[in-house]
Amino acid sequence: MSANAVSDEQQTQWIEVCDKNALDSDTGVCALINGKQIAVFYVGKLDEVFAIDNYDPIGKANVLSRGIIGTQGEHICVASPLYKEHYDLRTGECLENSDIRVTAYAVKIENGKVLIAV
Amino acid sequence: MSKQRVIVVGNGMVGHKFIDSVINSDNAENYEILTFSEEPRLAYDRVKLSSYFSGSTVDDLMLTSEEHYQSAGVIYTLNDKVVDIDHDNKTVKLASGKVERYDKLVLATGSYPFVPPIPGKDQPHCLVYRTIEDLEDITASAQESKVGVVVGGGLLGLEAANALKNLGLETHVVEFAPRLMAVQLDEGGGNLLRRKVEALDVNVHTEKNTKNITAGEKHRYRMEFADGSYLETDMILFSAGIRPQDELARNCGIDVGERGGIVIDNYCRTSVEDIYAIGECALWDSKIFGLVAPGYQMAKVALSHIDGGKEEFTGADMSTKLKLLGVDVASVGDAHARTPGAQTYTYEDGVNEVYKRLIVSEDRKKLLGAVLVGDVEAYGTLQQMCVNSMDLPEAPEQLILPASDGSAGAAMGVDALPDTAQLCSCLDVTKGDIVDAVQGGCCTMGDIKEKTEASTGCGGCAALVKSVMDNELKNLGVEVNNHLCEHFNYSRAELADIVRVKKIESFDELLDSHGNGGLGCEICKPTVGSILASFWNDYVLEDKHMGLQDTNDIYLGNMQKDGTYSIVPRVAGGEITPDKLIVLGEVAKEYDLYTKITGGQRIDLFGAQLHELPEIWKKLVDAGFETGHAYGKSVRTVKSCVGSTWCRYGVQDSVGMAIAVENRYKGLRSPHKLKFAVSGCTRECAEAQSKDIGVIATENGWNLYVCGNGGMRPRHADLFATDLDDETLVKYIDRVLMFYIRTADRLQRTSVWLENLEGGLDYLREVVIDDKLNIAQELEDEMTSNIGKYQCEWKTTIENPEKLKRFRHFVNSDETDSNLAYVVEREQRRPANEQERENQIPAVEVTA
Repeated sequence: MSANAVSDEQQTQWIEVCDKNALDSDTGVCALINGKQIAVFYVGKLDEVFAIDNYDPIGKANVLSRGIIGTQGEHICVASPLYKEHYDLRTGECLENSDIRVTAYAVKIENGKVLIAV
Repeated sequence: MSKQRVIVVGNGMVGHKFIDSVINSDNAENYEILTFSEEPRLAYDRVKLSSYFSGSTVDDLMLTSEEHYQSAGVIYTLNDKVVDIDHDNKTVKLASGKVERYDKLVLATGSYPFVPPIPGKDQPHCLVYRTIEDLEDITASAQESKVGVVVGGGLLGLEAANALKNLGLETHVVEFAPRLMAVQLDEGGGNLLRRKVEALDVNVHTEKNTKNITAGEKHRYRMEFADGSYLETDMILFSAGIRPQDELARNCGIDVGERGGIVIDNYCRTSVEDIYAIGECALWDSKIFGLVAPGYQMAKVALSHIDGGKEEFTGADMSTKLKLLGVDVASVGDAHARTPGAQTYTYEDGVNEVYKRLIVSEDRKKLLGAVLVGDVEAYGTLQQMCVNSMDLPEAPEQLILPASDGSAGAAMGVDALPDTAQLCSCLDVTKGDIVDAVQGGCCTMGDIKEKTEASTGCGGCAALVKSVMDNELKNLGVEVNNHLCEHFNYSRAELADIVRVKKIESFDELLDSHGNGGLGCEICKPTVGSILASFWNDYVLEDKHMGLQDTNDIYLGNMQKDGTYSIVPRVAGGEITPDKLIVLGEVAKEYDLYTKITGGQRIDLFGAQLHELPEIWKKLVDAGFETGHAYGKSVRTVKSCVGSTWCRYGVQDSVGMAIAVENRYKGLRSPHKLKFAVSGCTRECAEAQSKDIGVIATENGWNLYVCGNGGMRPRHADLFATDLDDETLVKYIDRVLMFYIRTADRLQRTSVWLENLEGGLDYLREVVIDDKLNIAQELEDEMTSNIGKYQCEWKTTIENPEKLKRFRHFVNSDETDSNLAYVVEREQRRPANEQERENQIPAVEVTA
């Protein structure tokens, strides 16, 4: 099982979100963590989970968890379901506009549970 | 400056072209335009007149409309005729007695059919072929006739023969000259054309001089020929050439030629000041031009002169290419080798019935003319070579010889064409215009047509225009690459073939076997998802397909700007019971859904949150509704008018047909959305001609229209087939749709698909009706298989607890999205805009 650490792992507090089997391969769900909406994606081929903000800063709606997952060159990303901008799932960077980014969160699977660091 | 008053006498194709050019010119406001037509309608397309017999309506043929003239300020009078010109006082007098003043007068009186002075020619059922009224007379006469004779074996005569054949008559062509199309073809070409025409059951009689028309024994009339022979017939259609309509000019002191025609100079001026003549009534350099392109050129020249310009008419290329009775015929330049010293090359293939002849200059450096029958592929190249006086290759015969590998002969590189070469003579588009358009960003035939109008007239130049476009793209270094995205080096059509032929059933299987690595993306995933659904039609939310589905499909609803969804149940044909309407009303009320009637005759309910979708759909499914697939790139609706069941004018049950068609194709996923309509009569209240598939009732069945579009780039649908019975109609729609699914690009509507389909509508007919590719059965089987696997995706979903889990906003909470905010407008809610959010205008409470 892998973890995509963005912040310093030592300071992070891992919060259990859901069972791993609540995630369908190559799709996303939205988790509510401390009042924040976080999109969690599971890429079956890599057996890896990713987490970024659910809020689409361009479309201004809480929808990113409902986008299509894919790759653009080396980037693993989600395409916003509203206007199709790509957000890198590891960094939260918007590939079409470097001024825009969403927060990416460390996330891992342990003992069949999905854990997010906030 | 006060407006110049320009009167255009005659509203045929050329008269209209002149008016249209004024309307579209920068100086339009300097002119007041009046036009008079003795016909009961404004200008229509006489070139396509014969399509009236294959189902085109008068509306299809119209080049303009009264509304258009009105909005452009053109004053028009129909059913009235200018009978006198007073050029001293610059007025014209009409048959109705009215007098109108002019500053400039443009005579566009056209021509009339020449009827040889044969005794007996004025009897009933002795007709001509020129106007829509003539066609109506021919149709009426055909109903009382078994045999029809066309007098005249020229271009128009053969078209008329085709019309008689279509009307079911035993058809004969009687020609005075020793061969058909004597003006355009040499002996060899004329002989082959005759063989081909006779093979189509049209009887050809050449060297026949009709002396008398008397009562017949077996049929209505007997035509007696000078050689003593005779032919009996019920109807006679004269198509022995045209004569310029110069009577008005002749009577008013304007110079006319010895054999007719209003004499004009290079500016299209007649002998009287401020009077111009254009089109078939005009005589330039002792020549009458009986084609539309030179007429259009004259219209341009006359306008230029009136406007103070210096354009000149200096003759026109009379090369022609056309399909007569299904036979391809072309003639270029000096087809009869009349130029002194002319040399010829002839290629004749008796087996495949092809005849080609080149006429070259004495020194064999220049092409003077050509004749092509049976295979006219080389026309574009030869015509351009001839018109532009380009040098011939070392071995000119290569231009007409088939290459040894069986492909067409050596084509000229379009690079060699000068920029001034006119590619499209109908719309006067040059090579330079096409090159500019490509440099300006056009890279498909659709773009080129929209930007330059090239190939939007007769379409004969399409192949040449495309090769100029492709060549220029190549020159620009644009790699013409239709790869779907970085994950596949294939076009959508190629991927569809791979999926179908290799029976690939999942995206991962395709990516692993034919992709470039990576995970795929929001381009290829939904595209492949759609292809899989078109051929195998699995449930779209099956585990292996779910991640492929686009924004809307994955939640089976249309996502709105705030992330909520709209709901559109199917209302087949737009027919709905009051009880079902009440259910929709009750559901909308319960969930406070904004409600609107759609353009496709159904009802759209907006503002449902994810967790509400299954509850709402459960209620709808229980009430007998099923999903409307409004979220899919798939068959949407079949709009209908009420048809013969209620309407006084309806001739077929359009609602019944619309429901049957909608139920047949519902859920069919395709490269883009598909909209249909069925109208119950020619009044066309369902607007079927703006749909991908349009069906219009006739007295005898259904006319099928294909590839229309409303929306962003409207396109009138093309008439595809006429008077079909129910079974054939469905068969053709099956084939058209599956062929589209197989061959279209990603997100390519049928309208653009057809415009880019090589061979266009004719080719589509060959594939669908004549089964040229021998795939008709496959296409039908694929459709049958798809239809057999139809399911209401919402019914399947609400019965599947695993799938239902995904219909909630949070995976770990029952809370809902706190970001939603609404305001009330016209008694319904809508999403609050940013300003309203900031100003905290009281939001509507959202039910959890």
